[in-house]
Amino acid sequence: MGTWSSVMRTYETNFVSFAAGVGSALTSVFVLVLAGTYIGIGALTHNLGLSPWWLAISTALIFAAPAQVILITALGAGSPLFEVAIAVTLSAIRLFPMVVALMPVLRGPKTRTRELVIPTHFTSVSMWVESLRILPSLPFARRVAFCNGLSVAYCGTAVVFGFVGSYLAAGLPALLSAALLFITPLSFLMSTARNARAAIDRLALVLGLLLAPLLTYFQIGLDLMWTGVIGGTLAYATHRLLGLRA
Amino acid sequence: MNELAPYLILILVGFLPNELWRMLGLVLARGLNENSQIVLWSRAVATAILTGVVAKLIFFPPGDLASVPLGVRVGAAAVGFAAFLAAFLAVRRSVFVGVMAGEAILVGAGLFYGS
Repeated sequence: MGTWSSVMRTYETNFVSFAAGVGSALTSVFVLVLAGTYIGIGALTHNLGLSPWWLAISTALIFAAPAQVILITALGAGSPLFEVAIAVTLSAIRLFPMVVALMPVLRGPKTRTRELVIPTHFTSVSMWVESLRILPSLPFARRVAFCNGLSVAYCGTAVVFGFVGSYLAAGLPALLSAALLFITPLSFLMSTARNARAAIDRLALVLGLLLAPLLTYFQIGLDLMWTGVIGGTLAYATHRLLGLRA
Repeated sequence: MNELAPYLILILVGFLPNELWRMLGLVLARGLNENSQIVLWSRAVATAILTGVVAKLIFFPPGDLASVPLGVRVGAAAVGFAAFLAAFLAVRRSVFVGVMAGEAILVGAGLFYGS
């Protein structure tokens, strides 16, 4: 961390800073993670009979793999739209603290709020982690442009690999198509585990794994909402009662 | 459903409920600390929902994944997770290692069972 901020990067124009953001994104490990995740989502989309163009638009508008998976699987299963919206919005709550943490890094003395709308829209794990790592080494005047470069490159990668997954699933034998569909649960489970550094997050992770299949098995309505509210609140209560480290 | 319905659904039950939290973050960014109680709770809720989605995809899978036996799906996820933990302690690209290990078990066992 410290080594980054000690080397100040200066870009002549916003365009150069934007291009540097694109380049930085495309050479980061998140391109692999996004490629795998969106190949899986593309396969899911194809399996549930939704068009790859619909997926491309949903990626540009939502750009949050969990929300997209919830939306796609729920539509495929024919769940009531109200339940889908609740599950999507609960999965998106985590974006709120991320945006809150990102804004002080982006907002310089001359930054206007409307310039922050695009970075806010594209806030997601990949862009957020890289922004917090790199932006402190840039002058404030170039940060939004660099961040937009990251966003466009990551979102573009996701759109492209959504098409790849959708077309691959159309032509592959069943076992390989199953393997593509299996990417999503695997990569979600492990990237969530990697981000769960505090005991409260690890507890919530395990409770989510246990509660969702149980609630689904007993056909409780709004299963994902209850998984989140019950699992998250139990984890939080345990954290408070035992005084665990945040 | 007509042709526009999936796009309308995308906006109403996908885009809007998701984007709400980002825009709230932009509006309310001043004055909230990353370790405040409401932020801790919301992170726990989001984490439980995420792994809830994972468990649902493994136990009640869509499409061709349903043709792989339940035991293989759970076993492959468990092996993948163990590989992830091992790699997490050793090197940094642990998610990639874990995904590859889980996929190898799924495809290997799938071939064995001739699904």
